[in-house]
Amino acid sequence: MRAVDALMECLKAEGVDVVFGLPGGANLPTYDAFYDAGIRHILVRHEAGGGHAAEGYAKATGKVGVSLGTSGPGATNLVTPICDAMMDSVPVVFITGQVRTELLGTDGFQEADTIGITMPIVKHSFMVQHPLELPRFIHEAFHVARTGRPGPVVVDIPQDLSRADIPYEPVTDVHLPGYQPTTDGNQKQIRLAAKALANSRRPVIYAGGGVINAGAAADLTELVLSDRFPVTCTVMGLGGFPAPHDQWLGMLGMHGTRTANYAMDEADLICAIGARFDDRITGKLSEFAPRAKFIHIDVDPAEISKNVPAHIPIVGDAKNILPRLTAEYRALAPDPARLDEWWSRVRAWRERHPLVYEPSTDAEIKPQHMIQALYEATGGDAIVVSDVGQHQMWTAQYYDFAKPRRWINSGGLGTMGFGLPAAMGAKIGCPENTVVCVTGDGSVQMNMQELATCSQNGIAIKVFIMNNGYLGMVRQWQELFWDKRYSQVDMGQWPDFVKVAEAYGATGLRFEDKSTLVADMRQAIATEGPVLVDVRVTREENTYPMIPAGKAARDMVG
Amino acid sequence: MGEPGTKEILSLDELEATAGLRTGRKHILSILVENRPGVLTRIAGLFARRGFNISTLAVGPTDDPSVSRVTLTLDGAKHPIDQVTKQLHKLVNVLKIRDLEPNETLARELALFKVNADGAVRAEVMQICEIFRAKIVDVTKRSVVVEVTGTYEKVEAFERLVRPFGLIEMARTGEIAISRGRSET
Repeated sequence: MRAVDALMECLKAEGVDVVFGLPGGANLPTYDAFYDAGIRHILVRHEAGGGHAAEGYAKATGKVGVSLGTSGPGATNLVTPICDAMMDSVPVVFITGQVRTELLGTDGFQEADTIGITMPIVKHSFMVQHPLELPRFIHEAFHVARTGRPGPVVVDIPQDLSRADIPYEPVTDVHLPGYQPTTDGNQKQIRLAAKALANSRRPVIYAGGGVINAGAAADLTELVLSDRFPVTCTVMGLGGFPAPHDQWLGMLGMHGTRTANYAMDEADLICAIGARFDDRITGKLSEFAPRAKFIHIDVDPAEISKNVPAHIPIVGDAKNILPRLTAEYRALAPDPARLDEWWSRVRAWRERHPLVYEPSTDAEIKPQHMIQALYEATGGDAIVVSDVGQHQMWTAQYYDFAKPRRWINSGGLGTMGFGLPAAMGAKIGCPENTVVCVTGDGSVQMNMQELATCSQNGIAIKVFIMNNGYLGMVRQWQELFWDKRYSQVDMGQWPDFVKVAEAYGATGLRFEDKSTLVADMRQAIATEGPVLVDVRVTREENTYPMIPAGKAARDMVG
Repeated sequence: MGEPGTKEILSLDELEATAGLRTGRKHILSILVENRPGVLTRIAGLFARRGFNISTLAVGPTDDPSVSRVTLTLDGAKHPIDQVTKQLHKLVNVLKIRDLEPNETLARELALFKVNADGAVRAEVMQICEIFRAKIVDVTKRSVVVEVTGTYEKVEAFERLVRPFGLIEMARTGEIAISRGRSET
């Protein structure tokens, strides 16, 4: 059979039920194979939309997403999703077309060095040089993408090789001698960690996206509840522990709660699980958690002691390690009363510094109120996909995520334009769930074309634009740190989002009144098909509290 | 250092001060990799984007045709060697990494020196070659080409000694290394 037909067999063998892509010259053979392969293909309007959709699908379902593009511009349009997937450890296989082998290196039409361009931003990549390699490479790509610390894998297939006639035999095993991720976790280290937890008087459990990726949310909860451990999550880890809860401190980091950041600051022991001490968490590194010892559990050994030296490193999968850590801890039966003093301190912070904002006195919708209204309208049970900016931080702060894979955003790369297509992918992966996208008027315009994809395929996402007419986060920084010299952040009121929605065949709505907002949102969510809502909010509102860049938790403002 | 993300102006001196810290012990990494296209690019690219500096790099076949050996030397102070090896391990085509212990390692490089050897100084140059057990592999009326093998330090010492005579040009391979004793590197 043709190599591309073998490719279809491989995708089926990997359990792929949907792919996102856009055809072009170099992947014409692949698209010919799709014609009767029986794999659902969503035709996107821009490859970046397809790449983010595959990410959204992967984040919502935990399965490997698949995204396709042609050579040259098709592949370069995928660069942003590839990098985004790398930063947030999202398992996606990107399959790109490449010019015929005889044209390689000649600057042929639509030729780009896809492998070279993407090399720094992939977990791994494969350039097919012989058609017989193709089936094995596809399976190896899925294996690498999904195991260990998940990530993006690129497979680049020259057009002529994809047309080659090859004998196809199903591949049943992968052979990657240089790729053996450690998942077990050393028992001695786990015991040591349990002892450290038992001896600590001011512990904090700090969990990140690794907990979600490992499917270990229940195990994390079990550990936290095995004693009165205070717990906080990164922006990637939200939903890893069911909020709200008495032991939940809220998110930590630059726009985290004061309670969470102060607790980190005063902790004597921090147990990091699937989190990587990003600069948005630590602030000024030299003043980060100065009194603490660190337990660091991560499947990627390179994350351990990268930014903060770990006293008890444990390399492995959280799903595997956490139940053992909980068991070891319980066996020690430490006295919960030792945490009394710590809790009275934490409670005092919580009472003194709740998340607050000044409510409007008229019909004006405050952005924070918009998120609270959305929480109410969805019963706190939607899959919420956000874009990047102020709205993302407000959603992370004010929408309490009680389950994993209900909060999907671009954390590491901070990709504006991620939200709408990722919501599309999430909805395809979880058709039974309500999928809402919270975006900004800046972000949504970066991949708005995918509304057409949603309309054509009946993908019923509900997009709520937090519209303040600004690139709000940049405006906030210019206000606070650059003497309010607003340089190129005013976007005005273009376009008319209601008309845009209608032109794309979606329902367009505009909300401007706080008093009816919850009811209006309920109605928007109940409306069939894709809905785009222009929610007009306060123009100049700042996201608080905040650790200014390069400062420590103690220096929080707002 | 100015606060990141703020309007505080950074002086060039401040930037340079953070860039110039390097006085660690030299590390020799012996890396076995799958002999596939692009593997060296992946290693070099990793070093470039993580800000690790390669001092020398040598690549060649091993006893197994499917495996190549990359020998890399770098300054261990500037970047924790631990982070370098962990990042290298994440490359799927990298099979094995050894951070070689200097005392238990034989490291050699080959260098070619083209040195001015006009009548008067020729004898002296030849004498230095003899001391270093270097070979003269090409000779003209006014110059010699000398082949030197040895450790990085030995080659450095040779260079220091012949430079005053007029060093026309020089080429060095970078060190390759193997562990002492019976066990594999």
